[in-house]
Amino acid sequence: MAKKYLDNADMARAISRVDGRAKVMGAAKYAAEVQLPDLTYAVLVESSIGQGTITSLDTKKAEWAPGVISVISHLNTPGVPEYKLENQDVIQKQLRVFDDANIYFNGQPIAVVIADTLERAQYGASLVKATYKKENHLTNLESNLSRAAVPKKAKADPKGFTSDFIRGKAGAYKDAAVQVEEEYIQPSEVHHPMELHSIIANWEAADKLTLVDKTQGSQQTAASISKSFQLPVENVKVLATYVGGAFGSALRVWPHEIVAILAAKKVQKPVKLVLSRNQMSYMVGYRPHTLQKVALGASKDGKLVGISHESYGKTSMYEEFTENVLQMTRMMYDVPNIDTKYRIVPLNVSTPAPMRGPGEATGSFALECAMDELSYKLNIDPVELRLINYAAEDPDKKMAWSSNYLKECYRLGAEKIGWNKRKAEAGTVQDGEWKVGYGVATGTFGAFRSAATVKATYKADGSLLLQSAIADIGPGTATAMTAIAAENLGIPPEKIVFQLGNSTFPKAPMQGGSNSLATVGSATVAVCTNLKVELAKLAAQQKSGWNNAVPDHVKISGADLVNSDETSAKVSLASLFSQSGQLEMVISGSAAQGDEKNKYSFYSYSVHFIEAHVHELTGVVRIKNAVSVVDCGTVVSPKTARSQLMGGIVGGIGMALMEEAVIDDRTGRTVNASFGDYHVPVNADIPQMEMLFVNERDEHLNPMGSKGLGEVVIIGVAPAVANAVYNATGIRVRHLPITPDKLI
Amino acid sequence: MNNFQYTRVKSPATAITELSKNPAAKLLAGGTNLIDLMKYGVMSPDKLVDINRLEFSDIKRGQGTLHIGSMVRNSVAAADATVLEYQPLLSQAMLAGASAQLRNKASMGGNLLQRTRCPYFYDITADCNKRAPGTGCSALEGFNRMHAIFGASSSCIAVNPSDMNVALVALDAVVQVSGPKGNRSIMMADFHRLPGTHPELDSTLDKKEIITGIVIPDNAFAKHTTYLKVRDRASYAFALISVAAALEMDGSTIKDLRLAMGGVAHKPWRLTEAENFLKGKTASVANFKLAAELAMKGAKSYGHNDFKLKLAPNSIIQALKTASGVKA
Ligand SMILES: Cc1cc2nc3c(=O)[nH]c(=O)nc-3n(C[C@H](O)[C@H](O)[C@H](O)COP(=O)(O)OP(=O)(O)OC[C@H]3O[C@@H](n4cnc5c(N)ncnc54)[C@H](O)[C@@H]3O)c2cc1C
Ligand code: SF4
Repeated sequence: MAKKYLDNADMARAISRVDGRAKVMGAAKYAAEVQLPDLTYAVLVESSIGQGTITSLDTKKAEWAPGVISVISHLNTPGVPEYKLENQDVIQKQLRVFDDANIYFNGQPIAVVIADTLERAQYGASLVKATYKKENHLTNLESNLSRAAVPKKAKADPKGFTSDFIRGKAGAYKDAAVQVEEEYIQPSEVHHPMELHSIIANWEAADKLTLVDKTQGSQQTAASISKSFQLPVENVKVLATYVGGAFGSALRVWPHEIVAILAAKKVQKPVKLVLSRNQMSYMVGYRPHTLQKVALGASKDGKLVGISHESYGKTSMYEEFTENVLQMTRMMYDVPNIDTKYRIVPLNVSTPAPMRGPGEATGSFALECAMDELSYKLNIDPVELRLINYAAEDPDKKMAWSSNYLKECYRLGAEKIGWNKRKAEAGTVQDGEWKVGYGVATGTFGAFRSAATVKATYKADGSLLLQSAIADIGPGTATAMTAIAAENLGIPPEKIVFQLGNSTFPKAPMQGGSNSLATVGSATVAVCTNLKVELAKLAAQQKSGWNNAVPDHVKISGADLVNSDETSAKVSLASLFSQSGQLEMVISGSAAQGDEKNKYSFYSYSVHFIEAHVHELTGVVRIKNAVSVVDCGTVVSPKTARSQLMGGIVGGIGMALMEEAVIDDRTGRTVNASFGDYHVPVNADIPQMEMLFVNERDEHLNPMGSKGLGEVVIIGVAPAVANAVYNATGIRVRHLPITPDKLI
Repeated sequence: MNNFQYTRVKSPATAITELSKNPAAKLLAGGTNLIDLMKYGVMSPDKLVDINRLEFSDIKRGQGTLHIGSMVRNSVAAADATVLEYQPLLSQAMLAGASAQLRNKASMGGNLLQRTRCPYFYDITADCNKRAPGTGCSALEGFNRMHAIFGASSSCIAVNPSDMNVALVALDAVVQVSGPKGNRSIMMADFHRLPGTHPELDSTLDKKEIITGIVIPDNAFAKHTTYLKVRDRASYAFALISVAAALEMDGSTIKDLRLAMGGVAHKPWRLTEAENFLKGKTASVANFKLAAELAMKGAKSYGHNDFKLKLAPNSIIQALKTASGVKA
């Protein structure tokens, strides 16, 4: 069957990012840029020990410093009401801000200085001096594996991906003819979005709070804050009109947000708090350093017999963080025997957070490198090996896939990268001083949707305003929703405005886990349908041919409403508005998950092909070509989808070649907590890339036929790079990142 | 950041007076290093003496020399036709440093005096003899991946981070300075110090002196120069190892040469023994290997930077191959 790959014509037709101009021109204001009258500035003071208690805190100098309004710490905090409620299990809670003198990690906020200018607050913060009773701290994962524990969450959800799991027989790989058994290490990676985490907290009344905040969920932040401060949720308004990237770092409320709210309460003025780039390195989560043990066993013809996979990841001393590192292992390949174990190791570090491709990016690095290692042992092409073990249905849930075009992804990607140039024997192709290799790896991420409502205001001038609380952290949600509405209604995109990032707008989930399009898109389709039904009702009062109008056949065309069924009815919109006696129509549409989850297994897929060149003497790796093919169902917004995939590849190259947050275990401090020292790719690191989409409808998840995209694009990139480097050099790097020192 | 005074001077003499009056004053050039360090609380000058208006901004030819004023921006010097004609190695090295935006601000004088990027130097909670003499060296047994393999001491194993400096030391540049006692010239090789027991001192420049310019003697290397910078990403990263190689070839014979390395010592590291060995020899990979071995004599690593013991000689060989065009 011929596939509907996205092509240049699709790109040419696609609408451009609707807020692109505002962003490029600087007209888009991010949280830190918002100004309010009487605004004050807060700067955090951090602990310089990793474990222990504060014995004294000298804030006098800071309080006397020019411009300083207040210094708040555990000694004088106005308090977070939620902390006083009973049944607060410290181990399971977010860090309790200024609640007591305890220190759980180096860099923990211990005080905040509020002043009339940022500079004065910074200076004040430098004057606060703490003394401590220091205790032994633990930050090293590998040397603390004895502390590894089954997460409490796992006990509550025995079928989840963090619970011990056995399918068939445990350790079955040991009986197989060909085996691979290795350890893989993913170091901690920091999200480091371009925009610093920033918040403005403004108590409009004693029980009414407005936040301008960097968050991936305006309503979820409002709910969380209303709980912490024991306020009616409708009294907490959260604005996140523009978010300059987040990658998961803004999926929850962090201590600095609580601090800003406490500070604003204390000084009775709005408070702005912007984290420094350094603080971004340890205060707003990170992809946790994770050690994995993977064992694969296969028959000589390449059929997998068993997989054993264990994961040991970091978490903080005060809170459990888990992620689905082992999900892909359970569902990706058709294997009769699987056993997995997931453990967390509590250490004196801050709590990790989901980071783009959470869990799966880490898991796929181990699984897909191990598959590559197996391919060499078997002497079977790595693409072929994956096809041999292709799962025709979900072996984990024992359900049919909702859609699965993985085979297409392998085929197309192999063709585009020139996979036939790859030599089966590693370290045999040379181009001048450079060793050349090719690698492949797969990514997958569950697709789902939740509940959302979109409100439409359709005006007599033909313009349409749509509103949803959803955040847009960069994927182009407003653009995609505009595309959906434009296509559904026939209104030109220029006449549509999609407003988001406001907790008072209709219900939406957080922007995370690649469900914004599926969820809010469905609600957008619903509101468009409702609007057409309403318009058709008005038309039916005027003219014949509208009584049984099917919404799918109704479209707005220029100044008219038209019915494309056999009646070919047509009525002017102006007459409908004048008839209704209103200047605008306001209408809502909602959509939620149905019972599709019980019928099908939903996943998006990505396959990444990499051509890597490795310098023979210096070990420098240059990615020469990257081809990624994604099965994310129908591509709703081609330009922004392409950007998403591009960003995923770039992020994956960073993960593979340079990203690593280093902690000095002697102090527990992050060593490379700056953008100069923590490396992410720069333009010069980025090769020619091809972003390809199967673009085939998924019939079961939502009316658009889409699945999810934002997460799956990064998953599998790092192992593809590692596999290409191995093919080039014969050196297998199992500890990311693959820096030059590991290849000489 | 501490509170400080600011003054903008219009003559070198006033700058020197300001420095003489106030030992805690600092000259402000592009500010790309100094202001960063002040923000981190690493340096806390009482007073900033802004020298951006001083007329040290000329690039001109002298008698068999090239003169570059100390306030010439790195981006300007790197793109200058005279520099490209007479000292292309310098341009290559400068372009390998930092980013376009930083090079637009960075001055020649400021680049000479940029301070180490040792992470413990930047973290004011860490022990560091360079920042706080007598507290100890956190890098010695810490994360020392970027650190020195030559000329370090038990007080400090930091490296000079500059790319420009590596080219300048290779090219026998002379730093011209002016102070209360008049003008003097300092050979580039003597400008930066080894840490010894005083790692707080980076250079031999007196606190009251100001750099006015850099002079580079003409040479016959222009056709065979390479600045190789090995780093963790393709741009905007400091060198793991860098090598400046400048050759004068006579057929396949190396008539004369200069070699220096960056990322290996507290100062840009001239490879004199390797130079002496290769002078008059045939350019061949076999000879390059022998030269690299000589260059590595006395190298010592500290754990995370063990790889430099291999990466450094490999980089020397590679730089010589590129500069000479010899492949085997
Ligand atoms: C993120 C980042 C990455 C970088 N990457 C690189 C890199 O890869 N390679 C590289 O080589 N460099 C790199 N740099 C460093 C950059 O080259 C230096 O910051 C720059 O050269 C300093 O020049 P400046 O004029 O801004 O100096 P300033 O910051 O103004 O001054 C630096 C010091 O020199 C003193 N000074 C300045 N001029 C004079 C003078 N005329 N006489 C006496 N003293 C003087 C000042 O008092 C101060 O102590 C990087 C910098 C940053 C911030
Ligand atoms: S190497 Fe030098 S700069 Fe770094 S910590 Fe040691 S003394 Fe300080």
